[in-house]
Amino acid sequence: MNTKLILNIALHLLRARLKQTIVAAVGVTFSIAMFIALVGFMNGLNGLLDGLMMNRTPHVLLYNEIKPSENQPIFLSKEFKDKTNFLGSIKPKNIGLSIYNSKTIIAVLKKDSRVIDVAPKVTLPVFFNTGTIEISGIINGIDVLSEDKLFKISDNIIEGKVADLLQNNSIIIGKGLSDKMLLTIGDIIKITTAKGNLASLKIVGISEIGIAEIDNTMSYTSLNTAQKMLGEPTNYITDIQVNLYDIESALTVSKEFKDKFVVDAIDFKTANSQFETGSSVRSIISYAVGFVLLTVAGFGIYNILNMMIYEKMDSIAILKATGFSGNDVKWIFISLSVIIGLAGGTLGLVFGYIFSSIIDLIPFKTASLPTVTTYPIDYNPIYYVIGIVFALFTTIIAGLFPALKASKVDPVSIIRGK
Amino acid sequence: MENNTILETIGLSKYFYDPVKFQVLKEIDLKINHGEFISVVGKSGCGKSTLLYLLSTMDTDYEGKILIDNQLVTGKTDKELAIIRNEKIGFVFQFHYLLAEYSALKNVMLPGMKLGKYSNEELEHRAMEHLKTLDMGDQALKMTNQLSGGQKQRVAIARALINDPVLIMGDEPTGNLDKKNSDLVFDIFNKLTQEENQTLLVVTHDNDFAERTNRIITMEDGKIIS
Ligand SMILES: Nc1ncnc2c1ncn2[C@@H]1O[C@H](COP(=O)(O)OP(=O)(O)OP(=O)(O)O)[C@@H](O)[C@H]1O
Ligand SMILES: [Mg+2]
Repeated sequence: MNTKLILNIALHLLRARLKQTIVAAVGVTFSIAMFIALVGFMNGLNGLLDGLMMNRTPHVLLYNEIKPSENQPIFLSKEFKDKTNFLGSIKPKNIGLSIYNSKTIIAVLKKDSRVIDVAPKVTLPVFFNTGTIEISGIINGIDVLSEDKLFKISDNIIEGKVADLLQNNSIIIGKGLSDKMLLTIGDIIKITTAKGNLASLKIVGISEIGIAEIDNTMSYTSLNTAQKMLGEPTNYITDIQVNLYDIESALTVSKEFKDKFVVDAIDFKTANSQFETGSSVRSIISYAVGFVLLTVAGFGIYNILNMMIYEKMDSIAILKATGFSGNDVKWIFISLSVIIGLAGGTLGLVFGYIFSSIIDLIPFKTASLPTVTTYPIDYNPIYYVIGIVFALFTTIIAGLFPALKASKVDPVSIIRGK
Repeated sequence: MENNTILETIGLSKYFYDPVKFQVLKEIDLKINHGEFISVVGKSGCGKSTLLYLLSTMDTDYEGKILIDNQLVTGKTDKELAIIRNEKIGFVFQFHYLLAEYSALKNVMLPGMKLGKYSNEELEHRAMEHLKTLDMGDQALKMTNQLSGGQKQRVAIARALINDPVLIMGDEPTGNLDKKNSDLVFDIFNKLTQEENQTLLVVTHDNDFAERTNRIITMEDGKIIS
């Protein structure tokens, strides 16, 4: 088939109807631009919220869960093996919260090539005492350097420095707690552990995550101080937090660690499954809006091509009389819509990028992510690919019916009609 | 088989159904040889244009058979017929039909571009030659809406000639032309039949024109009477 000639004819037809062509293309441009801006923004938000989660959640967390022993004595008995056994009043086994052999596990993990770093942690529920009031809270005993490396806690410290935790008997408390207890840097805070031990720690910093529940209860101290408060040795670790280079492998790796180290392990996706739901809802919304916009643009193209066919009946008849087949005529009109789709779509990508850049400049501050200063935008090229494919697809579909109609025009009835 | 026929019809009939069933063409048997210059005459409404549309393969709704170049065209697909029209048939309509989006020259070139036998430069040269012989050389680059009726008609004639078709049909091709240009067209047609052995089948109401052709086909009421 003579592609060049067909394109040439299509272009001449378009040029003769330049205004309508531009209107049709602008429809496509607008929808694609909106689609790109919307998807970029929504996914930027997703990324931001994921970041919020990932900043506080290790990819894989190793811990001991309080639970009943899975192998109850009755299961070992040969006599009752094939029977259905009903057990009542089972109590969880006291294996303690401490991870057995934690030092070795940490050493092995640090050598694992998939692992970015390991941050051991001791969590202890405590009461903060002020006057006669007791406020319940949690102290995280952390390995200051690796914790900061993995979770950037220094981003959330609004007063003081994380490194000051390296001093003995120091603590960083949440903003909510500091406001409630009227304590600031340099003050001493009194603490009672769940087992009744008393401790006095010096406040070296205030942190703010932006989530009241956390800022009201959470505080940080060093691993040593926490172990001392509990009266436990230095191998007492309740959580081992692991970050991986390949974040997608978290689930499989967590299963592997669970079997290998005989501890409980949970990956970040399982721990935060509600985040995933929110992300996919936002994606669906942006794709749906893009689709609706393009459908509207598609109807515009359909109308304009249809009108063009009525106007160009004579030309179609002539083309057919001089040796163009119905198929050729069909391709001429399909080319028309492809040209509109391609031109409108490409411009749409450009404008979409411009809109995204403008949104990217709008200031946006949130206490939970101090590094973010403007609205987040995701510039992933895949959205641009989807956009142009989407544009071509709708315009081709919109052009197909008019094109088929044009291919069926009977030249004799037109020529006679004059 | 030694055979000099270019066009043959066997029992060609055509009906119109709207508003009432009505037979326009009645069992027409016709045989035309290579190199003939034929005029078709008859009263208005007797079916001359209808016959020409059938012979040009554009109208496929008929009974009987049509053979072009000893090849049965009845029942061929739209695509095959388009190729035959492009290669073998040149057509000048009763009303000049040109593409408004192109210049006169491009209009002439278009069927040639579709055929793809010559390069674009060569086609342009050939189209220009045809326009010049029709005294249209100076109008070649004008858009078609800038041309007079007679000028449009001559562009349409040049377009019909561009692919050197074996068969050229015209439906009152000189209807809009003055005596001088009408004679010019006649001479061109005559030369084509004599020198290139091309065949011409021309519907005309111009008796002088008809008198000078090799053969006159007279139609009445959908039949050929002589
Ligand atoms: N689409 C149609 N539906 C019904 N009847 C038609 C149609 N087209 C033409 N006719 C009729 O067919 C007959 C033949 O028409 P045709 O155009 O072939 O005449 P003609 O010989 O070319 O006339 P003229 O010399 O005026 O051009 C006429 O009586 C006309 O009314
Ligand atoms: Mg007629």
